[in-house]
Amino acid sequence: MTASDGHIYLLLAVAALLGLLLLWRLARRLRRGPPRRPGFFRRTGWPLGLFLVVMVGTWLIVMVVLPQLFMIDLSFRPRLPLAQMGGPRDIYTLQNYRYLLFGSTVSTESWNAVHLRALGLTIVSAMLITLFNLVLCYPLAYYMGQVAGPRGLRLLLLLLIAPYWLNDILRAFAFRILFAESGLLNAMLLGAGLLDRPIDFIGQNIALYACLTYAYMLLMLFPLYNALEAFEHSQAEAARDLGAPWWHIHLFVVVPAVKGGIASGCTLVFMLATGALAAPLVLSGTSVLWFTPIVYDRFYQVFNWPQGAAYAFALLAICIILVIALLRRLRLSLTDVVR
Amino acid sequence: MAAEVGIERLSVRYGPVTAVDDVTLTIGAGEFFSFLGPSGCGKTTLLRSISGFVEPTEGRLAIGGKDMRGIGPNRRPTALIFQSLALFPLMTVAENIAYGLRVRGVAREARRRRAERLLQTVALEGYGDKPIDQLSGGQRQRVAIARALAVEPEVLLLDEPLSALDLKLRQHMRNELREIQRRVGITFIYITHDQGEALTVSDRIGVMSRGRLEQVGAGRELYDAPETAFVASFVGEANMLAGTVRERHGEEAVLDSALGPLRARNPRGLLAGSRAVLFIRPEFLLPCAEGEPANRIGVRVAGLAYEGSATHVSWVTPAGEKLLSLLGPRDAAPPAPGGAAMLGFAAQDALLLPPQELAA
Repeated sequence: MTASDGHIYLLLAVAALLGLLLLWRLARRLRRGPPRRPGFFRRTGWPLGLFLVVMVGTWLIVMVVLPQLFMIDLSFRPRLPLAQMGGPRDIYTLQNYRYLLFGSTVSTESWNAVHLRALGLTIVSAMLITLFNLVLCYPLAYYMGQVAGPRGLRLLLLLLIAPYWLNDILRAFAFRILFAESGLLNAMLLGAGLLDRPIDFIGQNIALYACLTYAYMLLMLFPLYNALEAFEHSQAEAARDLGAPWWHIHLFVVVPAVKGGIASGCTLVFMLATGALAAPLVLSGTSVLWFTPIVYDRFYQVFNWPQGAAYAFALLAICIILVIALLRRLRLSLTDVVR
Repeated sequence: MAAEVGIERLSVRYGPVTAVDDVTLTIGAGEFFSFLGPSGCGKTTLLRSISGFVEPTEGRLAIGGKDMRGIGPNRRPTALIFQSLALFPLMTVAENIAYGLRVRGVAREARRRRAERLLQTVALEGYGDKPIDQLSGGQRQRVAIARALAVEPEVLLLDEPLSALDLKLRQHMRNELREIQRRVGITFIYITHDQGEALTVSDRIGVMSRGRLEQVGAGRELYDAPETAFVASFVGEANMLAGTVRERHGEEAVLDSALGPLRARNPRGLLAGSRAVLFIRPEFLLPCAEGEPANRIGVRVAGLAYEGSATHVSWVTPAGEKLLSLLGPRDAAPPAPGGAAMLGFAAQDALLLPPQELAA
């Protein structure tokens, strides 16, 4: 048995334990709800129940948990030729993370300003995109969930969904055409006499923000719509009847009632925006801004998979911490968001 | 402070549908007024147009003498208690009650004190910090009342607020509502489809059918002197016998019915030859000896229901029509089911009204 085999068995054991722990916590949390339903196995019968558990468990562990664990494991290893992997030089090291922070695998003298700035900017931009999306989608979702009739709603949904038949890359290039210096938007603004010189939307990254905002709009809209549709309209009317102006009703009655949907939409948009690849590649300005192309380059330009894994994992860890912080702030649990 | 509500020729139309049809009425300051009618009769639309959620298509609405046109629900001196109550589930009881004060910028401490006073008014002392979902139906009811009273409305509007409660609690809460209304002294406008509820709590009742106000009066007036067939059939129980007016005798008239000529009061002055329906309350339709009252009907007993203080008897006429009697303990005991009997009633206890859409 080689050392790397040993690692695999250890990883499998850790993964299985983690999975069980997660399931147990989830089960405990779900059991806390007031209406007591018969147990899972009682409802499905044990052959079907066992089948479902094994299938879902296998899927989760083999397709989701294990690859991620391998990537995490990889991120703590040096870059080695294939022949030396599992050999005496294949040891655990922080050098990949050190490189992200300091731009060198050994020295800690100067910061890796380019990559760190890209990481910071990516996260801040993703937050802004999320916020902008929330501001954009809330009125729309409110209209859809509380005001629109069934016919208007169907039409609106069609109009919203149909553009997403376009794929990512195509949409990114379409935005390029729309926002280019000689593009449609500039031509219109110049033609209307609102501008003297065309605006460099792409160089200013405005095109990128617009494309990302649009790309993830539905992920914000649907959780919001879902929550707003369940909101009892007479509560808003009661607040109005008690003298509240419209902004007070939204801020203190509607938003608290739908904050689960808001958190759910924000989490989705934020996570996906930080991980977006196609749009930044096509639309980012001259200076390197987005972090994902850098990660991509680690894998396919530098061919340094351990470093790429470290970069990707660092991004994931920061995002998860931020999301959990947001949920804490909103006093929501993960189960509220999934609901 | 209580305010008078003046409704003048008010109509609400949604396209071709007329929800409220030309209603004119003045509700006095401090009055407990009920709108009574079956579902879909327009009473909720009327209430919502008083509260400002529905703009009338035609007509005028004044509260405290002030025209309410163009004034939104948040700027009217009214407070509405919703059928669903519409309490804010994420706020505590006290926060719910103080919401209207918070909107008005009342300081936290003053809000707290006022919420506590109102909790006393609705007999819920010490419940201020509870979340809404820990309250029973009746307690939620009281919180909704306290929340509405907190903004010191001049008119309190109640949209079937007791409909979600069970029978016992409903009876208890309607007495309590009456009690609260006496205490705070403001105008209450109450909506219900339950005539018992309307009769027990209200000073006056407006009976509505198909968007129209059929009759307005105290409960006793509606019961004793209904002006339309709808009111006679909707308020209380009544036996109905259709026929044609044969001849008039001053205040009374004789109706040609399937059971022969029957004499009754004719308050609407129906002319001979016109179609009419005779209404007779079950408590006036009693078994009688030969030759006593003006009207007599030969029947058989179809069923008996003894209820202690009264006995409900259902009769069937030779023509197959069903009649109901309510016999008091001192009335002659009816024969066993299947037995023949003679029923009679006095002309002044029966009413002739023009036929029209009856209550279901």
